[in-house]
Amino acid sequence: MKSAVIVFPGSNCDRDMAVALEAVTGTRPVMVWHRETELPAGLDLIAVPGGFSYGDYLRSGAMAARSPVMGAVKAAAERGASVLGVCNGFQILTEAGLLPGALMRNAGIRFICRDVAVKVENSQSAFTSGYQAGEEVLIPVAHHDGNYQADLETLDRLEGEGRVAFRYSGECNGSARDIAGILSDNGKVLGMMPHPERAAEPAHGRQDGRRLFEGLLQAIG
Amino acid sequence: MKTRVYVTLKNGVLDPQGKAIHHALEGLGFHGVNDVRAGKLIELDLADGVSDEDVEAMCRKLLANTVIENFRVERGDTLAAAAQ
Repeated sequence: MKSAVIVFPGSNCDRDMAVALEAVTGTRPVMVWHRETELPAGLDLIAVPGGFSYGDYLRSGAMAARSPVMGAVKAAAERGASVLGVCNGFQILTEAGLLPGALMRNAGIRFICRDVAVKVENSQSAFTSGYQAGEEVLIPVAHHDGNYQADLETLDRLEGEGRVAFRYSGECNGSARDIAGILSDNGKVLGMMPHPERAAEPAHGRQDGRRLFEGLLQAIG
Repeated sequence: MKTRVYVTLKNGVLDPQGKAIHHALEGLGFHGVNDVRAGKLIELDLADGVSDEDVEAMCRKLLANTVIENFRVERGDTLAAAAQ
């Protein structure tokens, strides 16, 4: 599996993502700086990592979504590459229009940094094929703006089309319908607030996140 | 020319920051505040010839996220008129 990790000024989970991807796939991802306008050819997966790109100025992910590299990410997604956005990466994908809705300030105002129980709602996508539907897994979150919101019609469509990939098992940050992660209409783009790369090796204490990368490797080779 | 862009949350969108400000006001003993909504004011200094359509495009493409936010533009000529 050939992968790339996009690096923005203020990204802080880019190296964690690269370590997890290399550990599972055996191939080191290409790190791509946000000023690039082209991506390496033949990518299977593009990871948009967590962090505080551009200091979260204006809105989380707003600047990064309009940076030069995102045109290439959109084009790659249209060609069928898989795109994974985690935390700030999820915010960037919604701001870029690759996923619907928006991520707002947590309902309780506070920054939330802890392990959360997350239910796998859909195990049919490449991203979630390493899990059983209905299974509960523990994956850490660390965010201030994880409160997923969209209009009712969009929420109903996401539910109806099986595009809610992960749901918090209890109240977490005020997200509509406790949504923790969603898929694009073709299932090739996943945005999620929990950090699978932070639960990917024995030293992390748990490895529920590693299964996302293992499932991806199985599904897309 | 100075132009002001006001970005506000759409009605019905929960505003955690507004809520926190509301609680803080009550904590300071200010009563009678029914609700607080927080938004952003962005001031642009624009060259002559930048059209209303250009400013609207700026708002739609970057300054506001129209999924959750509304925007309102006050152009310099209106601002100057208001000041007089």
